[in-house]
Amino acid sequence: MSQKSNSAGNGVGHAAGSEDRYAEATQLQLTWWRFKKHKLALLSLWIVAFFYLIAIFADVLAINDPQATDARRSYIPPQGIHLFDDGNFRPHVNGLKGTRDLKTFKLAYTPDPAKKLPVRLFARGYSYHLFGLIPTDIHVLGVEGGEAVDGLFLLGTDQLGRDLYSRLVVATRISLSIGLAGVGLSLLLGILLGGLSGLYGGIVDTVIQRVIEMVRSIPTIPLWMGLAAALPNTWSVTQVYFAITLIISLFGWTELARVVRGRFLALREEDFVIAAELAGASQLRIIFRHMLPSFASHVIAATSLALPAMIISETSLSFLGLGLRAPAISWGILLQDAQNVQVLAGAPWLLLAAVPVILVILAFNFLGDGLRDAADPYG
Amino acid sequence: MSNVLEVDALTKHFPIRSGLLHREVGRIRAVDSVSFHLGRGETLALVGESGCGKTTVARCLLRALAPTSGTIRFTPEGGREIDLAPLSRRQLRPLRRHMQMIFQDPYASLNPRMLVGDIIAEPMLVNGVPVADRQARVRELLELVGLPDTARTRFPFAFSGGQRQRIGIARALALTPSLIVADEPVSALDVSVQAQIINLLLDLQDRLRLSMIFVAHDLGVVRHVSDRVAVMYVGRIVETGPTTELYRQPLHPYTAALLASVPKPDPTQRDAAPPLAGDVADAGNVPKGCAFHPRCPHAQDLCRQVRPELLEVAPGRMSACHRARELTFAGVS
Repeated sequence: MSQKSNSAGNGVGHAAGSEDRYAEATQLQLTWWRFKKHKLALLSLWIVAFFYLIAIFADVLAINDPQATDARRSYIPPQGIHLFDDGNFRPHVNGLKGTRDLKTFKLAYTPDPAKKLPVRLFARGYSYHLFGLIPTDIHVLGVEGGEAVDGLFLLGTDQLGRDLYSRLVVATRISLSIGLAGVGLSLLLGILLGGLSGLYGGIVDTVIQRVIEMVRSIPTIPLWMGLAAALPNTWSVTQVYFAITLIISLFGWTELARVVRGRFLALREEDFVIAAELAGASQLRIIFRHMLPSFASHVIAATSLALPAMIISETSLSFLGLGLRAPAISWGILLQDAQNVQVLAGAPWLLLAAVPVILVILAFNFLGDGLRDAADPYG
Repeated sequence: MSNVLEVDALTKHFPIRSGLLHREVGRIRAVDSVSFHLGRGETLALVGESGCGKTTVARCLLRALAPTSGTIRFTPEGGREIDLAPLSRRQLRPLRRHMQMIFQDPYASLNPRMLVGDIIAEPMLVNGVPVADRQARVRELLELVGLPDTARTRFPFAFSGGQRQRIGIARALALTPSLIVADEPVSALDVSVQAQIINLLLDLQDRLRLSMIFVAHDLGVVRHVSDRVAVMYVGRIVETGPTTELYRQPLHPYTAALLASVPKPDPTQRDAAPPLAGDVADAGNVPKGCAFHPRCPHAQDLCRQVRPELLEVAPGRMSACHRARELTFAGVS
């Protein structure tokens, strides 16, 4: 046997003695093995997974009601948790005393060392529906007692006194899911139209390709503005959310369609596809058994590279005030608060909303790179 | 005994299109009025330089391409004669099981995402052979082509070029087809591996009485495998004949040049004939008269004006050369 398989897996670069493992591995295993070698991509995978977990358990992780406003706690700077109290492990936050600066009329907060608010795990807070179904009010962290200004504001508050940390956590849900939904829709359009284009060629191909070129030639921002302006004011947050998803994906599909078309064109000429046809295989079998598996990995990679573009689109649209509108909470909406230089000078922590955007975008890009490299483990 | 295949005036032109409206501005005469036949149990070699149309002929025969004109009369084992040329994709499907192809590139012709066992079983699967029979047949085929039974559960990338070609051969044999078209089955392999595959094909010819069209670009490989040889030049057959006779005494200067270019292991025999000058003529712009005349050392005015027909020069020997009878070309013994 060993003599028969002495050239096994030369593209994979395996250690001697593991030939059988590689020779009999499935495509998924090979892809995973190669992907694992790309450390940055692996790290990115964890980061992306982490953010999606946040999105799923957003309300559990939030501390304060993201919509609750209170003028008395406007622009509170980020607070730390004190872990020890007189040498004993007793996590707490100090209560705050807000005094108005008579020169600037700004509220300045000073911690009150005497007022210690214990931080509790799985504390009760505002009510919500877990996964949109289970009514509960349990939160991972929470403080008990105190007045309106006494609370745990890990990343500070905005002008209306809303807790930035909680808002950021809840925003993750919309910002990440709009990316997924948008890419899902793009993928559907891209595979369908790209597939038709590559499979049939001729006039179908020409028409679809010209449409793609037209779509790509339109400057996106003015078009978004136009489309977003066309959304009725009376629409609910959910309706706007879906409309924005649709708008974003209507422009995102072209890239994927090109990838799919290119793969179809290339594969149509492949010997193994011709071999299947000459064996008498049906058109459907050739597409689903021979062609699709050969480029599914490329589509996955293209998708993971398209996702950050979607997220950025949503963020920039909302930032410009064209996308989602308050009371919806998304990263773009949070960043909208940070548009004003004066506000930023006084409350620079509002810019923290950009951190998850950057992190997620970078992670997705590295993940996409790693997937693309790993996609073709047969090298 | 009837012929498996009778090809008459097979022609394949590829239009050259350009411009916005894809207007046809010219034609590549890849295959121009090619006729030959293949007896049952016989192996016919199609030989010629790159671009002479031999692969196009092979693909037309199996109807991977639709010929522009001509007939391909095919008689499957125990079936009746049918012309493949005008059939549609749908009409061809039930006939596919009777004719199979061995591909040139063993790296491209096996689906990298399928197990070897599934690859070999595919022709049987799509032609409705029951599962149990398929599995038994796959084992049988692996043994036939000299691969271990464990190969079934492996992916193609785990095999070397020669082993992959064996897999390709096993797939082609799966349905015991009446006709096998081997498109340069050894050209992509190392010389030592070529010999193994040639030996395997010889062995299979013996055991299974294959009827085979063997496409190759040099005469060295063909000698051992084929009963008859057809030499092609720019889309046309220039000479046909039984292998030994054709090698001993070629009747066309192009055949002679091809024979002279076969590497010889004996250093004293080298450079007996000058190598062929110039390039293969452009199939989109075939020279007037004999297509070979710009490269032919024996060309005369007649050759530049009139295209020679493929005529019987000696019993069983055909040549498309005006001077076939007067000239004597060097062969190899």
